[in-house]
Amino acid sequence: MQEIILIKNGELALKGLNRSTFESVLVKNIKRRMRDLGGFVISRSQSTIIIEPTEESFDMDEAVERLSKVFGIAAFQRAAAVEKDMTVILAAAQEYLEEQLADISTFKVEAKRSDKAFPLKSPEISREVGGALLAKFPHLTVDVHNPDRIVTVEVREKAAYIRCNQIKGAGGMPVGTGGKAALLISGGIDSPVAGWMLSKRGIILDAVHFASPPFTSPQAEMKVHDLLAQVAKYSGDIGLYTVPFTEIQEQIRDNCPEELFTLVMRRFMMRISERIARREDCAALITGESVGQVASQTMLALGCTDAVVGMPVFRPLIGMDKDEIIVRSRQIDTFDISIRPYEDCCTVFTPKHPRTRPKLEFLEQAEQALDVENLIQRAVDGARFEIIRCTF
Amino acid sequence: MECYLDNSATTKPCEAAVQAAVQAMTDVFGNPSSLHRHGFAAMQLLESARAAVAKPLSAEPGEIYFTPSGTAANNTAIFGAVRKNRRRGNKIVTTAFEHPSVEKCMERLESEGFTVVRLIPDKKGIITAEQFAEVIDEKTILVSLMAVNNEVGSVLPFTEIASVIRRKKAPALLHVDAVQGFLKLPIIPKKYDIDLLSVSAHKVHGLKGAGALYMRKGVQLPPYILGGGQENGLCSGTQAMPAIAAFAAAVKACGDVRENLETTELLNGRLREKLAGVQGITVHSPESALPYILNISLEGIPSQVSVNFLSGEGVYVSAGSACSKGHRSPVLTAMGLSAEEIDSAIRLSLSRETTENEIDSCVRALQNAAEQLRKKG
Repeated sequence: MQEIILIKNGELALKGLNRSTFESVLVKNIKRRMRDLGGFVISRSQSTIIIEPTEESFDMDEAVERLSKVFGIAAFQRAAAVEKDMTVILAAAQEYLEEQLADISTFKVEAKRSDKAFPLKSPEISREVGGALLAKFPHLTVDVHNPDRIVTVEVREKAAYIRCNQIKGAGGMPVGTGGKAALLISGGIDSPVAGWMLSKRGIILDAVHFASPPFTSPQAEMKVHDLLAQVAKYSGDIGLYTVPFTEIQEQIRDNCPEELFTLVMRRFMMRISERIARREDCAALITGESVGQVASQTMLALGCTDAVVGMPVFRPLIGMDKDEIIVRSRQIDTFDISIRPYEDCCTVFTPKHPRTRPKLEFLEQAEQALDVENLIQRAVDGARFEIIRCTF
Repeated sequence: MECYLDNSATTKPCEAAVQAAVQAMTDVFGNPSSLHRHGFAAMQLLESARAAVAKPLSAEPGEIYFTPSGTAANNTAIFGAVRKNRRRGNKIVTTAFEHPSVEKCMERLESEGFTVVRLIPDKKGIITAEQFAEVIDEKTILVSLMAVNNEVGSVLPFTEIASVIRRKKAPALLHVDAVQGFLKLPIIPKKYDIDLLSVSAHKVHGLKGAGALYMRKGVQLPPYILGGGQENGLCSGTQAMPAIAAFAAAVKACGDVRENLETTELLNGRLREKLAGVQGITVHSPESALPYILNISLEGIPSQVSVNFLSGEGVYVSAGSACSKGHRSPVLTAMGLSAEEIDSAIRLSLSRETTENEIDSCVRALQNAAEQLRKKG
């Protein structure tokens, strides 16, 4: 008996002529994610992707853990692949399902037979397998309407598959099918969630972080690394640009009205990010803003920051409450990293009374005191690049 | 020049301590509970360490119980004392600015139904014996106070509390958390009738991983950690011999406590004097504070920013408070400082090895911080 994994891709099945391209991206992503787990082969049949280990040492539990983080998978199942022989199937069902049937009391068997040459018809297979399970596990009864668990036996061309537990996948689209975008990440709770959400829609992530030593610490940069490493478990490798931001923040502090500090700063971040994004073929920026969360995220303030950007700015959290964002950040295990108490570039020099209804012309006027172009260029030129790897 | 002024967080182990630890990992590696030759050697090392730690406290070796940390010593003392005395009353008296290893125990006891009275320090971190006298009564089963506050250095009236307890006819045991005071002030528990007193090795140029609880002869506490019965049953677990041997070596290498104190007073005076010339610095430590600790605020500069900046200048101090996103220092909050003062507080902490040159370069770095981190013009 060999254990395999059957993967159902989600929305992909709905795609028309692009479907095969989308599927091959998904297969490539799965292969890359699992390459160090031992030998295996991947095959496709209809809308199912099958992973068959070729080495005894293949780590099935770890494979399941990793697959649960691959976008583009709606659901997957571990299954036993056995010879198409009724005696073998019955014995395998009794052995393979023991653990999964131990903590339930009702079940039913569903059989599918795509190999019509197999001597038994589907209802007959169901009946026999059900009988064998009842004989082996006296605590079970059959309930065809509302079973605790459904046992599926599928007889296909190559083998028969026995399975029971469906595992929910991460959903979404395979990363790489949606192009590339740059995520602005500070180290708070929101931006990792925002990045995760767009990665889920198939977008490859680059990240831009603004560091202002000595106002921000090495610990704050390490926090951003750790956050991205966690997101990368879903999104795959992330390119990180760390932009030197001290000079710009000092210039704003010394030359602009205090109440506009944050917005002028945000506009610089947007301009710098866009420039890096264009250079790296990103088609959009991503931020973790949500309307009204802080002064710089009122609708009018967002309008003022958008005014300096010539590409789409995606804000997937725009309508979410903080507690909803926190729920998600706990799900993807970024919350505990986000709350490490280090100052980031957004918390230094915060004005006591920031403008919540800013006027664009005031901001433009305030920026006239600064050598905007040179400041941006120096920051972009000074950005340090590294790759945050997807590791488990 | 590098200047390490975070000695209240931890000290650099002295050479003698390092040597002793190495010896306890190579020659004398046995388990002190083993009966064979290696065990016996380790047991001898352990007992001589006990005597060494007892000496500056003028205690008997048998009154010293090794623990894994100052925190473990505090937990053992507090939970032990309360368990022992719980039938005699319900009230515990402590201060509002204890170290978390005491405060968190108090919160636990409160949730179990004990009444905890926390005395509030004044703006300079001072609490008087009279404040204790006002609240200690015949239902008080434990009084726990620190000898020296860890953030501002104020010295508490730990020498006077035993007589208050006697006067009030309280059944209370007296516990003193002396982690910041040990080997910095002359502390003789017997002289002040202290029942329980906690110390830690790594604050006195020893290693992390060892602390000790002084427990006055005649006092018996139920153990807090159960197991193989080490340390006379009070703190089970195989003793961390390298850290304990290093602890003893560090204690021996300490030199004269009073002499060190006088030298440090001079350094502290120099520091205060020079800081008076830096714009926007407020000193939070009282004049009477232990000279090893000086808590100050750099007006308008968040603590973490100062710490980062000074770190870049080779000067290592600690943030009086977590960042603007984190929690404010409970110590400075209890002292009634303003939010701005708390958010910009840093702690400079000296050791017996601190030099005048270090003090001077620290002041220069603070001067640079004041000039460079503030808004120009």
